[in-house]
Amino acid sequence: MNATNGADGRDARVGPVTPVLTKRWMSPRSWTLKTYEQLEGYTALRKALRAHPDQLIQLVKDSGLRGRGGAGFPAGMKWGFIPQNDGKPHYLVINADEGEPGTCKDVPLMMADPHSLVEGVIITAYAIRSHYAAIYVRGEALHCIRRVHAAVQEAYRAGYLGKDILGSGFDLDVVVHAGAGAYICGEETALLDSLEGKRGQPRLKPPFPATAGLYSAPTVVNNVETIASVPYIVNGGSGWFRTMGTEKSPGPKIYSITGHVERPGQYEAPLGITLRELLKLAGGMKDNIPLKFWTPGGSSTPLLTAEHLDVPLDFEGAAEAGSMLGTTAIQVFNETVSVPWAVMKWTEFYEHESCGKCTPCREGTFWLAQVLQRMLRGEGTPEDVETLLDVCDNILGRSFCALGDGATSPITSAIKYFRHEFLELCEKNQPALAGAQS
Amino acid sequence: MTVAPEQNQQGEAPPVPEGHVRLTIDGVDVVAPKGEMLIRTAERLGIVIPRFCDHPLLEPAGACRQCLVEVEMGGRPMPKPQASCTMAVADGMVVRTQRTSPVADKAQQGVMELLLINHPLDCPICDKGGECPLQNQALKHGRADSRFVDVKRTFPKPIPVTSQILLDRERCVLCQRCTRFSQQIAGDRFLDMLERGVHQQVGTSGTAAIEGAGGTGEQSYFSGNTIQICPVGALTSAAYRFRARPFDLMSTPSVCEHCASGCAQRTDWRRGKVMRRLAGEDPAVNEEWNCDKGRFAFTYTTAADRVLRPMVRDDRSGELREASWTEALRTAADGLLAARKKNGVGVLAGGRLTVEDAYAYAKFARVALGTNDVDFRARPHSTEELEFLASEVVGTRLDDEGVSYADLEAAPAVLCVAFEPEEESPIVFLRLRKAARTGKTRVFHIGQWRTPSVEKTFGELVACAPGAEATVVSALPLRSERADVVEALRRTGSVVLVGERAAEIPGLFSAVVRLADLTGARLAWVPRRAGERGALEAGVLPTLLPGGRPVTDPDARAEVELSWGLRPGALPARPGRDTGAMLAAATSGELSGLVVGGVDPYDLPDPRLAEEALRAADFVVSLELRHSAVTAHADVVLPVAPAVEKSGSYLNWEGRQRPFGTILEGTGAVPDCRVLDTLAVEMDADLFTQTPEATADDLQRLGVYSGRRPDTPREPASAAHRPGQGQAVLATWRQLIDNGSLQDGEPHLAGTARAPVARLSAVTARRLGVVFGEPVTVATERGAVTLPAAETDLPDGVVWLPTNSGPSAVRRNLGAGHGALVTVTAAPTGGEA
Repeated sequence: MNATNGADGRDARVGPVTPVLTKRWMSPRSWTLKTYEQLEGYTALRKALRAHPDQLIQLVKDSGLRGRGGAGFPAGMKWGFIPQNDGKPHYLVINADEGEPGTCKDVPLMMADPHSLVEGVIITAYAIRSHYAAIYVRGEALHCIRRVHAAVQEAYRAGYLGKDILGSGFDLDVVVHAGAGAYICGEETALLDSLEGKRGQPRLKPPFPATAGLYSAPTVVNNVETIASVPYIVNGGSGWFRTMGTEKSPGPKIYSITGHVERPGQYEAPLGITLRELLKLAGGMKDNIPLKFWTPGGSSTPLLTAEHLDVPLDFEGAAEAGSMLGTTAIQVFNETVSVPWAVMKWTEFYEHESCGKCTPCREGTFWLAQVLQRMLRGEGTPEDVETLLDVCDNILGRSFCALGDGATSPITSAIKYFRHEFLELCEKNQPALAGAQS
Repeated sequence: MTVAPEQNQQGEAPPVPEGHVRLTIDGVDVVAPKGEMLIRTAERLGIVIPRFCDHPLLEPAGACRQCLVEVEMGGRPMPKPQASCTMAVADGMVVRTQRTSPVADKAQQGVMELLLINHPLDCPICDKGGECPLQNQALKHGRADSRFVDVKRTFPKPIPVTSQILLDRERCVLCQRCTRFSQQIAGDRFLDMLERGVHQQVGTSGTAAIEGAGGTGEQSYFSGNTIQICPVGALTSAAYRFRARPFDLMSTPSVCEHCASGCAQRTDWRRGKVMRRLAGEDPAVNEEWNCDKGRFAFTYTTAADRVLRPMVRDDRSGELREASWTEALRTAADGLLAARKKNGVGVLAGGRLTVEDAYAYAKFARVALGTNDVDFRARPHSTEELEFLASEVVGTRLDDEGVSYADLEAAPAVLCVAFEPEEESPIVFLRLRKAARTGKTRVFHIGQWRTPSVEKTFGELVACAPGAEATVVSALPLRSERADVVEALRRTGSVVLVGERAAEIPGLFSAVVRLADLTGARLAWVPRRAGERGALEAGVLPTLLPGGRPVTDPDARAEVELSWGLRPGALPARPGRDTGAMLAAATSGELSGLVVGGVDPYDLPDPRLAEEALRAADFVVSLELRHSAVTAHADVVLPVAPAVEKSGSYLNWEGRQRPFGTILEGTGAVPDCRVLDTLAVEMDADLFTQTPEATADDLQRLGVYSGRRPDTPREPASAAHRPGQGQAVLATWRQLIDNGSLQDGEPHLAGTARAPVARLSAVTARRLGVVFGEPVTVATERGAVTLPAAETDLPDGVVWLPTNSGPSAVRRNLGAGHGALVTVTAAPTGGEA
């Protein structure tokens, strides 16, 4: 899993592309404390520990850093929600349960530069007055769990974790927790339940984690990439951070590009870059077969087509194009791919991963998958297309958490742009021709 | 968000009371208390929003999504429909339900269609058909036709989740009511959700353990409630399954006869036979819950050994033979008159009578037999207890000094003394758990080990050896390490609950009264049996006339004589004998006759003495439901009606009147009061207790005692026995589901009994050479009980046995009780008890 920097991609509109989050990835043994310290590692921590926690929260607010897990909630604001002097323990939980189909940014980050996450964790914990942080890593990513675990051990030995960190009087313990392989546990409240040892199912909100999260105590849950951005903001300042990206979506972002491109991988770029530019970085479409459709941020974000090549990939731009930025997991599909087939595969994923708590998602994904499978077998009818849309309408906004909403995105967007492909399946009454050929 | 809806303000709206908000639902202005869920507020307006997971006594889940409505806050519509069961009211909210919002209606129709895609269409053979929320709501809020043409998810069906509950996973809509009930209300995790997505299902880790049916798995005394709150036919009763359709049943409100909790119930019956019982709704008492004993234990009335005809003992054969009422009553009257003339007759009335029947016994003893030898206590009892009941309990009223369920819920602290709530009064237990779980009530227990009652009430245990309770209670204010108990009890509204076992510990009632006086805590007595409180008020005691009047008070006697139309001085002035003394007197010939109500001799502290007394007495009249150890010795057996075949009332532990009507009419069975009335007439005395209604009127006319109450008991606290070599002190109490004869004939219920074990601490086991898991024999000179040994946090030198479970018939086999010395030995494996 080689990281490829987007260092040479320059564009006047989105500002200079100097790698930030990925700058150490190509260094030899980049994951070790030694390399990290040689490359400015833990300098931000020293600076942060001299500041007042409230100053750090303000700094992150000023930077405009938005959550990198998909929803884009302002990180500083989230930290500010934690009630202070409430006599309760506070917790910081890192959501490293990277599971959105197509997403591959947090695992490479933790593999290549785990200490940037650890340093971010310490600074964040200090800011929200937490003495206990948990990194909830996706269970399947065993190599990644080992690496983060090793980094945490290194940090303990070096005095960055434990009691009286760097003589500041601040104590912090970090636990690396392995998930058990459930997509729903990427939903923050399900993650908290899972972390507590319960079945991973989303909790009723309110109360929100900021007031009653892990063990009913105030908790911040942030994505890996969000927290790994923090040390750079502390060192570079909020103004520097805002030189990248757009007004409302500032900063650098790791775009993971998969599918029919010449060089799939992780590309760091300022928020607001377009697919056209990213495709250039990735060497263009594989074998020059033209682009047919793509997801801007994983399968839960409505898919887009070749007409959206110039949509700025920030939170606002993606939304304006009728999709979402999501996890910036760009899955690129060329003209050889049947849209209904791809949608069926995604829907099977949601059916498999629905937690079962609420009716629309549990029953709806089960139904949708069967209809799509039947269509792909050539046994569909044109009415099935309307049924798919109506069932999606009965799931979207009716389910308990966003999993159900996400499950409808590929179907509704696919029918919006490629209805004819679904109808052809029904009318010809024969199976779809192709699967993905990569 | 304080903007009031403008469109509904015609004229001036009344001000919103403190702690309330004003909102609009379907155009109707409504004021609701803060925190109320929209679904409840709408309900108060008569707007019923369909729902499955929502239950007013469970915490909101928002799982089924059936109750979606449109909500507008501060003039801005919320982007998605909201679950009205999880959204609290807010000021200025504008809510549109399915009645006014096409969006809400479509959302509800959509969810309903989704719920049905995997639901089997087996309504015609489903127990729930006809009373099924899914069926009803699907007809009201669903499509007539499903668009689902694909393959349904299937499961093998049904699977047992306890011995009395069968689970059909195909029918389940995964609303989680049952699992939330088990975790929140009962505190038993006998059900949980397993798997995910469409394969999610209700299940139990102990499913395999059920197969033994001996109760080794995760069991619950409250599991029957899940059948009742299941909104579909997924959870069905093993006993009731496939036996009736709801629309073929008559439903009659009833009251449970099993314990002093006083649950409201609904009895469903047809063609003279009870088919099932359900929890009735009574927010002040059992809310909407029942224990499994109350729900399932009703087949005893159809047992084969039921006495249906009067019987007299044949002079020649010595056997009981059926007789006419005329003959039986004549024989009984003659025998009793002769016995009265000789050395007198005593009355053992039992603790399961209605207030009316109890009153008839009390009056029969005084008027027809001319004696105060009458006692309802068919269990270990003491003179101290009599004094306690006379001075502290009798005559306390709910609207006055009596403690209620609501008081328990509001209490800052509750101390349970010699009282095992889950085993002895399950609804008191549920209320204590609720108080501790959702409120700030601290629950303390003075007992022997961290029982399920202690654990599930989040209780704090003050452990002591059996028999040492009185010493411990006396010392509470003196022991600095338990100062928190006394401190907590000093807070206004705290309560001390004392159970029937206190009668086995000399000095305990006295100590409890002193503690209550010292702390200001309120005191309540929670007897185990349904009839005890009523019998106390009705005067079925050797020292008390009806209404709590001491027999020794001439004014009180005069009041009763006047009301009963007796000549002045007709009532005996000396206190009579209690149960134990009556049995001893009958054995020695100092008492010639006995009238015995529903008493099982094996419940008495000394069953051998009881049997001897029954044998020795010249004449025994038994009023009974079923043949028993009493009828075996009786000269005349007079059949009486079970609760289901008569009307009457119980007083629950609170002193709350629980009246009920006859459910099965015309069976020919007559209540005790009628039998006694007729018998008295044969003896030339008038009771005026022909019917329960007349009896109640007669009792009502008497009123209650207004004189000075007797003094509180002042018995010194006793110390626990010290076990010698090879000995231990016995701790024992009854389990809710055990060998009790009112639970006969219900094997599914019996399967959920807790497995009988002998409990010891590790140190005691080592000292006595007992190995955990292996059989251990607990013995007295009278007999022995052998059970598997289980490690428990008991004080050292103590062994615990269930009083009447499985082979452990403590009173009958050991002739011993709580606090007695017993010998404990490791039983040879494979040997017999």
